[in-house]
Amino acid sequence: MLSEPQIMPLHFDSVNLKPNDYKSDVKPIWCPGCGDFGVLSSFYKAVSELGIPPEQLVIASGIGCSGRFPAFCKAYGFHGVHGRVLPLATGIKMARPELVVCAVGGDGDAFSIGMGHFPHAARRNVDITYIVMDNEIYGLTKGQASPTSPLGLEKKSTPYGNVDRPLNPLLLAFAAGATWIGRGFSSKPKEMTELIKQAITHKGFSFLQIFSPCVTFYDTYDHFKQVTKPLPADHNPSDKAAGMKYAMDEETLYLGKYYEEDRPTYDDAYSGVRQKATKGAYSFEKLMDKYRR
Amino acid sequence: MPQVDFTVRVGGDSATGGIVTTGEIVARIAAYSGLEVYTTRTIPAEIKGGHVMFQLRASEEPVYSQGDDVDMLIAFDQESIDNYYQLVKSGGFLIYNSNDGKPPAAQGLNVYGLPLNDLAKQINFTRGRNIITIGAMVKLFDLPYDKAEEVVRRQLGRKKELLDQNLLALKTGFDYVEQNISRESPYHLIPPTGGIQEDRLVMSGNQALAMGAIAGGCRFYAGYPITPASDIMEFLAAEFPQIHGTMIQAEDEIAAINMCLGASFAGARAMTATSGPGLSLMVEALGHATMTEIPVVVVDVQRAGPSTGMPTKVSQGDLRLAIFGAHDDAPRIVVAPVSVEDCFYQIVHAFNLAEKYQTPVIFLSDQDMSVRVVTIPPFDLNKVKLEPRLLWDPKSIDHGGNGASGNGGGEREYLRYKITESGVSPMSLPGMPGGQYTAEGLEKAESGAPIYTPEAHSRNFEKRARKLANALHDYEAWQMYETFGDLDAPVAIVGWGSTIGPVKEAVLRAQSEGMPVAVLYPKLLYPLPVEHIGAFIENRQAIIVPELNFVGQFGRMLQAQFEREIVHLNKYGGQPLAAREVYNTIKQVYADVKVKAQV
Repeated sequence: MLSEPQIMPLHFDSVNLKPNDYKSDVKPIWCPGCGDFGVLSSFYKAVSELGIPPEQLVIASGIGCSGRFPAFCKAYGFHGVHGRVLPLATGIKMARPELVVCAVGGDGDAFSIGMGHFPHAARRNVDITYIVMDNEIYGLTKGQASPTSPLGLEKKSTPYGNVDRPLNPLLLAFAAGATWIGRGFSSKPKEMTELIKQAITHKGFSFLQIFSPCVTFYDTYDHFKQVTKPLPADHNPSDKAAGMKYAMDEETLYLGKYYEEDRPTYDDAYSGVRQKATKGAYSFEKLMDKYRR
Repeated sequence: MPQVDFTVRVGGDSATGGIVTTGEIVARIAAYSGLEVYTTRTIPAEIKGGHVMFQLRASEEPVYSQGDDVDMLIAFDQESIDNYYQLVKSGGFLIYNSNDGKPPAAQGLNVYGLPLNDLAKQINFTRGRNIITIGAMVKLFDLPYDKAEEVVRRQLGRKKELLDQNLLALKTGFDYVEQNISRESPYHLIPPTGGIQEDRLVMSGNQALAMGAIAGGCRFYAGYPITPASDIMEFLAAEFPQIHGTMIQAEDEIAAINMCLGASFAGARAMTATSGPGLSLMVEALGHATMTEIPVVVVDVQRAGPSTGMPTKVSQGDLRLAIFGAHDDAPRIVVAPVSVEDCFYQIVHAFNLAEKYQTPVIFLSDQDMSVRVVTIPPFDLNKVKLEPRLLWDPKSIDHGGNGASGNGGGEREYLRYKITESGVSPMSLPGMPGGQYTAEGLEKAESGAPIYTPEAHSRNFEKRARKLANALHDYEAWQMYETFGDLDAPVAIVGWGSTIGPVKEAVLRAQSEGMPVAVLYPKLLYPLPVEHIGAFIENRQAIIVPELNFVGQFGRMLQAQFEREIVHLNKYGGQPLAAREVYNTIKQVYADVKVKAQV
């Protein structure tokens, strides 16, 4: 007989949760005015309104200002290495599909060093929520251009102006097959909370880009206030072509839910594999018989 | 000496196909007929085209190495004839394709030409040349025809039509020899005793390793295809879904190990397998696993490097990477199996060590061991004990709990990275109320909150080192080493990994010639069992360290640790060690150190 590894006990006994129930004792180290504060408090609010027991919630992150996010939450957290939050979150979710798994990061973590993982998590439709706090700059390393910095931006690493064309995260998400795509702005907390709730509730890979300005190295509050506006009320989130059209607009940056699709999640698909593979009780002896002379 | 000890080499171009299949089928026929077998192979890294060599050694006694001399050469092309005929012993055999090659003008060889192209054409099966050859061999060596049929059915029986063709090819080769080569076989492979009757499995190191992972409780695997580790992934892809495990083919090795860390954080026993280039990519995550104290097993099936190197050739060149590959001091455990059978039991130890000490464990297999097919006794699940991870018990005051169950909020907080005497801290898993913490790659307080004080940093280094030192007790208790030879001998061999086979053979030979050798193969290479190795070598006059890398990585570690002179036997051409090379070194050492041979 095979010995089975331990199985961990689960309890579902939490009720009446308040945002403060998700706040850890660790004080955020972000600069005063950082957009990430807004994201964090919207997040507390969203998960408390959804009533997710803190011990059922896992928040994974990579490196950057955003990487500190999990430590400020009284959930289970995983502060990983730079750019690898999506594989981490995939491993957590696939080992324990009953958990609510969120991945958080910034534009450098997501679209520079971690870019190799983004399309794969999306195409697999891993049932996780990926929140990218996009400030279009490297903040923690003190102000270098990022993959979403605009052309011409003059910063420490681009003293003569940025010549690397910024990429379009929403279009990437569409191309890779994300099944929920949205965009928020840290100065719009009410809408942001609603988007986070919807992203978490969606079954499948949810990608939420949030403009979260860096007051210290690239203050874009005024810029985003001018160029953002809500998606038209008549936008149909199941219309992929329309969603992509709005995502392509570089003059007006629309906020809201761009797209939602119902597709089997990765753990659903793998359950199918298990069903297909399983033929009666498993026997290690039988496995050895295949190799017996 | 065994009555039967027979080495067959098969050579050809991989473009014509079936060379390795020929070898594996012959190996299985020998195994099914009651012989112990040991195979080795070199294949090109290319899919089609390039020279392929397969070698089988069969005996009625356990076989430890691929064999130094060849009794029979099966040459499918001229290159194989030219390259290998000189390796054939006097009185040995050469079977070649008489439609496509000229035999050498060598004396003392029994040469049999088989018109393989003609025979294949006769039965309308051009790809059947290798099976025709097998049929011919079965007749030449008086192997049981029914066993040959059984093997062909099991190995090639997936499609009825193809199976019929293959069975016809087998018969064609058999009949050709019966009708055209009139002399009786001088070589009866099956000993009068009928060979070994005991239960045997015929399998490779990667298969044994994958089965060990299943037995060792592993239920999560993520990996990226790489030669020669891919078949571990393929094996588990078929098995894991049946035991509620998960196998993910990741987008790269970095993703693979991070998926494993996520899964292990969530409570699963997790593993990835790769080779040198993949291990290089995993280095950052390995340091992170040490820092966050997350168990994970990383298999490195070593191949010849550096860089892309020779993907299908053997090496033991990753020892330093395995032990030291990290920024700053990020200790991890390194385990090395010594044989195909050992892959099963040591990978179980690897999982147990990872879980017990909440640390990454690197498992150093190698290309030769991974693809080699041998006969081994069936695995004994009674020998497999799973060491659990120390989980947080909220009711235990020792664990920092408040003595009550429920949703946390007690007076005492859970300390994930609590400083303990053993260095191991109780670990909570997602889902446990009150056990929330962040697995933190930054330096941290006991709670897991980031902190940069010199005190915390020093204390955590000591904690992480302390828990690994305890693995040395398990090394003793679980006997993670092998010793053999004459333990009072003046000369010692201390080695690691798959070189143990040729060493066993060489030591037996040297011993019979009055040159005794004491041998130690530790299977835990980090932390290094300093006391055990130190005591073992203390009174020896010479210490030989054989290994398959250029500088002698293990030998130099021992040199540095014990300040003793080491005789390095370094082989670095991408081939397995040969018993003769070890024997010659022993002989040389006896001559050099003027140790008097004890006749």
